[in-house]
Amino acid sequence: MATVAERLEEIWGEKPGLATWLMTVDHKKIGIKYLYTGFIFFVLGGIESLLMRTQLMKANMEILQPETYNQLFSMHGVTMMFLFATPVLSGFGNYFVPLMIGARDMAFPRLNAFGYWVFLAAGIFMYSAFLIGQAPNDGWFNYVPLANKEFTPGLNIDFYALGLIFMGVSTTGGAINFIVTSFKMRAPGMTLNRIPIFVWGELAFAIQVIFALPLLTLASVLLVLERKFDFVFYNTEGGGDPLLWQHLFWIFGHPEVYIVVLPAFGLVSAIIPTFARRRMIGYTYIVLAELAVAIIGFGVWVHHMFSTGVPQMSMSFISAASFMVAIPSGVQVFAWLATLVSGRPVLRTPMLFVLGFIFTFVIGGLTGAMLSAIPFDQATTDSNFVVAHLHYVLFGGAVFPMFAGLYFWLPKMTGRLLDERQGKLSFWLIFIGFNLNMFPLHIAGLLGQPRRLYTYEEGLGWDIHNFLSTIGAFMLAVGILLTFINWARSMSRGEPAGNDPWNGETLEWATTSPPPSYNFGAIPTVRSREPVWDQPELREGPQPPEDGGYPLAEGHVTLATTMLDARPEAAVHMAHESIWPFMLTVSLTVLFYGFLIEAVPLAALGLAASFASVLGWFWPRGETQET
Amino acid sequence: MRGLRQESRHVLRVLPLAFLTACAVEDAPSILEPAGPAAARVEGLWWFLFWISVVVFLVVLALMMMALRRRGRIEDPIVEDEPRWGEPFVALSGVVIPWIILTIAFVISLGVMRQIATAEEAADLTIEVKGRMWWWEVRYPNGAVTSTEIHIPVGERVDVRLTSADVIHSFWVPELQVKIDQIPGRENSLWLQADKPGRYRGQCAEFCGLQHANMIFTVIAEPREDFEAWVANEAQRAREPTGTGLRGRDVFMDNSCVGCHAIRGTDAAAELGPDLTHLASRSTLGSAILPNTRENLSRLITEPQRVKPGVTMPPTSLSRQDLNALLDYLGQLE
Amino acid sequence: MSVDEEVLAPVQEPGADLPHHTSGPQSFAWWGMVLLIATEATLFAGLLATYFYLRFKSGPAWPPDHIEKPTLELPLIMSAILLSSSIPVHMADAGIKKGNVRRLKWGLAAGFLLGAIFLYMTWGVEWPEKLHEFTPSTNSYGSLFYTITGFHSLHVLVGLIMSAWSQVRAWRGAFDAERHLTVQLFGMYWHFVDVIWVFVLATLYISPHL
Repeated sequence: MATVAERLEEIWGEKPGLATWLMTVDHKKIGIKYLYTGFIFFVLGGIESLLMRTQLMKANMEILQPETYNQLFSMHGVTMMFLFATPVLSGFGNYFVPLMIGARDMAFPRLNAFGYWVFLAAGIFMYSAFLIGQAPNDGWFNYVPLANKEFTPGLNIDFYALGLIFMGVSTTGGAINFIVTSFKMRAPGMTLNRIPIFVWGELAFAIQVIFALPLLTLASVLLVLERKFDFVFYNTEGGGDPLLWQHLFWIFGHPEVYIVVLPAFGLVSAIIPTFARRRMIGYTYIVLAELAVAIIGFGVWVHHMFSTGVPQMSMSFISAASFMVAIPSGVQVFAWLATLVSGRPVLRTPMLFVLGFIFTFVIGGLTGAMLSAIPFDQATTDSNFVVAHLHYVLFGGAVFPMFAGLYFWLPKMTGRLLDERQGKLSFWLIFIGFNLNMFPLHIAGLLGQPRRLYTYEEGLGWDIHNFLSTIGAFMLAVGILLTFINWARSMSRGEPAGNDPWNGETLEWATTSPPPSYNFGAIPTVRSREPVWDQPELREGPQPPEDGGYPLAEGHVTLATTMLDARPEAAVHMAHESIWPFMLTVSLTVLFYGFLIEAVPLAALGLAASFASVLGWFWPRGETQET
Repeated sequence: MRGLRQESRHVLRVLPLAFLTACAVEDAPSILEPAGPAAARVEGLWWFLFWISVVVFLVVLALMMMALRRRGRIEDPIVEDEPRWGEPFVALSGVVIPWIILTIAFVISLGVMRQIATAEEAADLTIEVKGRMWWWEVRYPNGAVTSTEIHIPVGERVDVRLTSADVIHSFWVPELQVKIDQIPGRENSLWLQADKPGRYRGQCAEFCGLQHANMIFTVIAEPREDFEAWVANEAQRAREPTGTGLRGRDVFMDNSCVGCHAIRGTDAAAELGPDLTHLASRSTLGSAILPNTRENLSRLITEPQRVKPGVTMPPTSLSRQDLNALLDYLGQLE
Repeated sequence: MSVDEEVLAPVQEPGADLPHHTSGPQSFAWWGMVLLIATEATLFAGLLATYFYLRFKSGPAWPPDHIEKPTLELPLIMSAILLSSSIPVHMADAGIKKGNVRRLKWGLAAGFLLGAIFLYMTWGVEWPEKLHEFTPSTNSYGSLFYTITGFHSLHVLVGLIMSAWSQVRAWRGAFDAERHLTVQLFGMYWHFVDVIWVFVLATLYISPHL
């Protein structure tokens, strides 16, 4: 007779091959695709920044044309925010949220696959703009009227606006998936106060996406209507207002910062207990802080507009909220520090990156509090001080945790450890390189250097800071490259990781590395916040039924549990592999290109194909819970 | 760990020092070397915020160092005792103390905001500055129109009304004031006051397209009598040319120059480009990117796209004689 | 790593008694629809906020440029039609919960008909009339009017497609007292589109008179 494991593999396994690569709905494969693609965009965005830093190394350099420079900084921002940070954190979330909560997949597997394909398509869509030399060129926040047709007549901004609308579909779908997954699919016994903080982080991120992203989509739709069909929203002639764009953009744009940072904080909170060898101090504080940021984050958008002449009264409120939003971040930093101080920190590479994160993020947070002070913001906004600040927050707050996450979790994904010496070397290059890259820009900003200059004069005191910054940028690039080499080498030559190389506490360490297609031989019943530390039977293989394990080996099902106290509620049939998410994405891509070049037949074709794909997607097959 | 510790010690020593030395650059348009009352208040606020931040940062570093004193190995069993100071520490250092510090910072910053927004006394002089792609049009109440150079009387408060003719620009003279955006369809304002005579560099701070980097201007603070002489001259019609200048004026009127530029007192009255009535009295060209020399002016006329790529000004091809005459004429517009 | 059959044999398979069909808050898709509605509602909120933002930016006369204030007769009739369509849709949903397929089919059909009439009145009656007076590129008012009504009517169209899909599947016998999630999700979406209409009505048609 077949064992349970064989039976589960038969039910959940996908045949290898190209077709499966296109059709897979396995959250682990999708998560890895997100990571690969996201890091490829990271490299592209990084190359863009190296080109810019080369141009700015000295005064009056003529390596880049002004137009090229403008396209590069715009695409650098768009890439790093939308095509790198969010997707990579979604990738980690995709792979690890189901594992950490003891589920067999995400709640909507096909939506998950669709989200990845749309992300890839939107990225290609926006990058295809370089082929005709008309990449977005008005910055990642793309202020009108510069972005209106009158001042940017090319397709540049159409690529931007349509690309962001397209990308929004992916991010929204992903967010819905994360929320439902963490509400409804937690292992029995994983009550609200036992949810791993990483899952809380992804949840807070997803909630922000649900309420913030529509405003970016709206702003972009209105911009497309204005550019393509002469609608009036932003143009002062006809009753529009350029500040409308800024409001809509920043109501989205400020939460976007937290959208990037909150899951990264979650990642840090996943690593610290393991590497401090103790339970997290202040779990409740951290969770409440993450949720508080997710809420207060919506009340601070006008601090991006302190120099536009908004009334003092509204500025004061927003300034107060901006100061206050520092508190939840402070809570988390001190909770992490308390855990580290009272624990026995292990200084392996993931931990180094976490310490580097605390160092850089705290600097970014402090300059952030400075910028909440209205007059100081008015003095330094749109200067290189802000460039430095935002990189300390975003690179410090998100990229350091991601690299910590790579060293921490790649062994789970590939089954092999990364090289420790290379990892440490990479860390020091990244850490010193980043600080050399960005710290001098604070000073350049205070010395009056505005951001987004493709050139500058000599003798203004800016030269040395820009020179150091460029050196730092290249050092940083070498450090990053080293981690990628380490990653690639580890896949064939790394030491086998075993199930649990770090003696971790959450459920992902209770299964094999890499996990089987069905994740867990039995969906475990959880009796603690750190189940693997407290339930020794979890290390011994699938949890036996008498300890509460649910093998669920009778069908392609996973467990649905109640939202608050995670009591089993139903056995839910999950969707199988499907080509339709991919087909729908291709159809939508055709539709978007049709829109872009205003080719009605192409757009109509895309629309019809999309419709057919949706039909194919929902066509009853009697396998999932189609009711 | 030793590396980390050394690194942080290094940073501890170097950080504030680096700031203090790096920020003292003679020619920089630095907000840390204020030349007027508004900028001085911003500078005060900055140092207040800076020292608070240094203290907070040192506390965080110290805690990190403390944590690294007792290290463990990944195989170690977990530390089970829950320290009694744990959550109270998080509450105190994460909520209570920041709340107090941030409230103080907030209140102080609001005070500075009021001081900067509303000056104590009314201004005698109000000038209008319109941002354009990519230069600044400056108008005085007596009818003077100029570009790029804003003269103000030293020690006096001057109001500036800020508008835009095309896209959003931002008016920033770091040594004198905070920046305010110039937004189409709106009017913003700020006041300038320089405590000592001098030239203060200003620059557009909001990305405004191809030549955003070269949208520069200069505020020239000078004694009252010098200022009055200057502004009176600027309001005059253009001086009647002499010698080859006469021919130069015809060249100007017969070529595309006249389509965009105004020279008050002649038929040239277009407002697309800078007013040239007193071009020769200005010290720079092309929005403060070139010194106002005959050679530079010649380059600007014949190959503007090389000088400032993307600028609206078309290249004008003239015979050598015509060009010289034109340069003579423009050189006489004092 | 494998657990032997024998180990499992004596114990009754855990979870074997759990239901395999869910609806309401027990099901994943119900939550998915709630979140989709939340994000769409935010989009509409932003759009209507944009309307008021540009209106108060625009000066005393609204609508500007001598455009007449919208009349109320047609929109009130349209409102009655659209809002009343929620009743049969609700009956369809309630019916299939008790296993009544007939009521499901009739409810869906009646809801579809009312929705289709509404859509016709927007695209076929109201827009041609308004286009004589102003177009989307006339001014910000025109842009807002057509964008808001257009956006809402697109949602009605999507609702109609969902209704037709449910109808087809009802005829193929896909629904019974236990399995009717599709119908439930369609109902939620349809009620949402109706509720949004109330805000559109208040914003576009009533607020200019206030």
